[in-house]
Amino acid sequence: MTMKHVLGATTALTLGATAVFADSHAKTITIATVNNGDMIRMQGYTDNFTEATGINVEWVTLEENVLRQRVTTDITTKGGQFDIMTIGMYETPIWGSNGWLVPLNGLSAEYDVDDILPAMRGGLSHDGTLYAAPFYGESSMVMYRTDLMEKAGLEMPSDPTWQFIREAAAAMDDPENDINGICLRGKAGWGEGGAFITVTGNSFGARWFDEEWNAQFDQPQWKAALEFYVNLMNDYGPEGYATNGFNENLSLFQQGKCGMWIDATVAASFVTNPNDSTVADSVGFALAPNSEGVEKRANWLWAWALAIPAGTQQEAEAKQFIEWATSKDYIELVAENEGWANVPPGARTSLYENPEYIKVPFAQMTLDSINAADPTDPTVDPVPYVGIQFVAIPEFAGMATEVSQEFSAAYAGQQSVDEALEKAQAIANEVMEAAGYK
Amino acid sequence: MARAVKTQRKLINTAVAWAIGLVIFFPILWTILTSFKTEAQAIASPPIFLGFDWTLENYAIVQERSDYMRFLWNSVIIAGGSTLLGLIVAVPAAWSMAFVPSKRTKDILLWMLSTKMLPAVGVLYPIYLICIELGVLDNRVALVVILMLINLPIIVWMLYTYFREIPGEILEAARMDGATLKEELLYILTPMAIPGIASTMLLNFILAWNEAFWTLNLTAVDAAPLTAFIASYSSPEGLFFAKLSAASTMAIAPILILGWFSQKQLVRGLTFGAVK
Repeated sequence: MTMKHVLGATTALTLGATAVFADSHAKTITIATVNNGDMIRMQGYTDNFTEATGINVEWVTLEENVLRQRVTTDITTKGGQFDIMTIGMYETPIWGSNGWLVPLNGLSAEYDVDDILPAMRGGLSHDGTLYAAPFYGESSMVMYRTDLMEKAGLEMPSDPTWQFIREAAAAMDDPENDINGICLRGKAGWGEGGAFITVTGNSFGARWFDEEWNAQFDQPQWKAALEFYVNLMNDYGPEGYATNGFNENLSLFQQGKCGMWIDATVAASFVTNPNDSTVADSVGFALAPNSEGVEKRANWLWAWALAIPAGTQQEAEAKQFIEWATSKDYIELVAENEGWANVPPGARTSLYENPEYIKVPFAQMTLDSINAADPTDPTVDPVPYVGIQFVAIPEFAGMATEVSQEFSAAYAGQQSVDEALEKAQAIANEVMEAAGYK
Repeated sequence: MARAVKTQRKLINTAVAWAIGLVIFFPILWTILTSFKTEAQAIASPPIFLGFDWTLENYAIVQERSDYMRFLWNSVIIAGGSTLLGLIVAVPAAWSMAFVPSKRTKDILLWMLSTKMLPAVGVLYPIYLICIELGVLDNRVALVVILMLINLPIIVWMLYTYFREIPGEILEAARMDGATLKEELLYILTPMAIPGIASTMLLNFILAWNEAFWTLNLTAVDAAPLTAFIASYSSPEGLFFAKLSAASTMAIAPILILGWFSQKQLVRGLTFGAVK
């Protein structure tokens, strides 16, 4: 083979292949999304949208952290790779205030924007302007084994305290039969264990910052929260809980190895699905707990929402898709084909007024949990930020990941609670100073 | 007696080698096994090794949900293109360094390697902006060039090592006989270095095939290769390990098969010049 042949082959291979797949549609929108059950289900119904509007849809599905990095790069450089992005409640107000998102004004009357749950609408807005439409929303709640609770001779109140949770965990813990009293997230990462310990802190009266952006990890409320969590998990939690996140705990609960699990409300449909869960018929639900005497509960608020990046060439088509995907009609379409338990939860008020949906065992508790969460007033003492399990500032993701790493090290017994809190205090203050908050 | 000791040592060596091989291969084996389980079996504790009802359901779901062939084709183009392009640039470079070294050759070689020491994310924004400027985001040709540049130091280094093993006198003799530079490179050097070139190609093909940072960050729909295909099955909220394993198995199968058939070349190439 001569050099000419090699060169020719390379050029032909690369350029030729480019031509093969470069079929261009007149109207095609590209959507970046996450691999969550509801999102995948929506992809299956895309043909209905294309049939109705003539707009083709291309999906780019990525793992959550990869997606975040990918869409952040694209939006900050105005790369224009995506016409719709799936983003969360943390990014939406920050990106909206930066002018990176198209305001979702002028939605049609049939869309009924006022039907979106107020908590969701508030969390996805900046200065009263909606920047992303919730596809599904979630809070967190207690999921518990009704059979084990009964065996222990206890009754779960609909609004338990942490003190009751500890008592119940002690009663249900059964190491001989491989049952842990309680399973909770301990994995490092702002969206994993970081989110959980932040809401636990809220429910003990703690907060990330005071009104002057001074870190508050040196306050007794944080010490009480972290010590309670560590003692509870060391006594009744699973081995190696410091590395358990949502999926690990879901797996444990589905296999009957947890008496209780406090996590995202969206997990309710997984643990009650008899195809995947061995305990599907014996799961009860309750509000996330609070510490006695503290009015705030340990429940968060999150939504996966669809937003349009500023600068897209297909703004009208993108808006059309968002209206379709987050509409009442879409919910009905899914209910008709797959049953009410499988519709995207937590986004619309009308869903919870539907007599069919409210029969789903976890529907009412999901709504109550969402309503019990207020991102604008997340803590006992006043704070300068919005957000419950996060602080809606750009610096939070990096800072909270570092802090949660210190906490996870304490869970794993590599350092004491006091040491972890001391380091968290230093990290948070350093970041705030460097970013000019104080 | 001596023979008995020798046989015993051979046996021990073989057993140790197999054990190490199995440990290294185990994650891949586990992924393949998991791909044939149901989601519930995939997370079962204690884990089920072989005693489960084998199912092809995950493969069917993955096949239905994703256009596997498009991702595969993109991987072939990107990995193949960048390897070939890399060779075209690297063969002359390695030749000059091996046979007509200057006093800065060693420094250049080290400098080339130093570019591999910078974390890729450090240059994500500049490269992303250049791609926007040139209009080549989500474009296979752009990825071919970028992966070629990323792997070039390794290709040059490997080829340089192989070329150094070839006596310069042979090339000199060719020149004496009137061979031009092109003829010398194509008809004398390349045939002698075929094993080295083949193993360099293979290794670079594998590196480009597995490259996940640039292929995930610079692609969306048109140019997305198998790394993006796998990433689309990873989920932080929901247990889809069996499907993820099926997607992973489908993504690594082609390269695993290629590696299996060419392992002799690969090992020969990698150990070339190691023992004298």
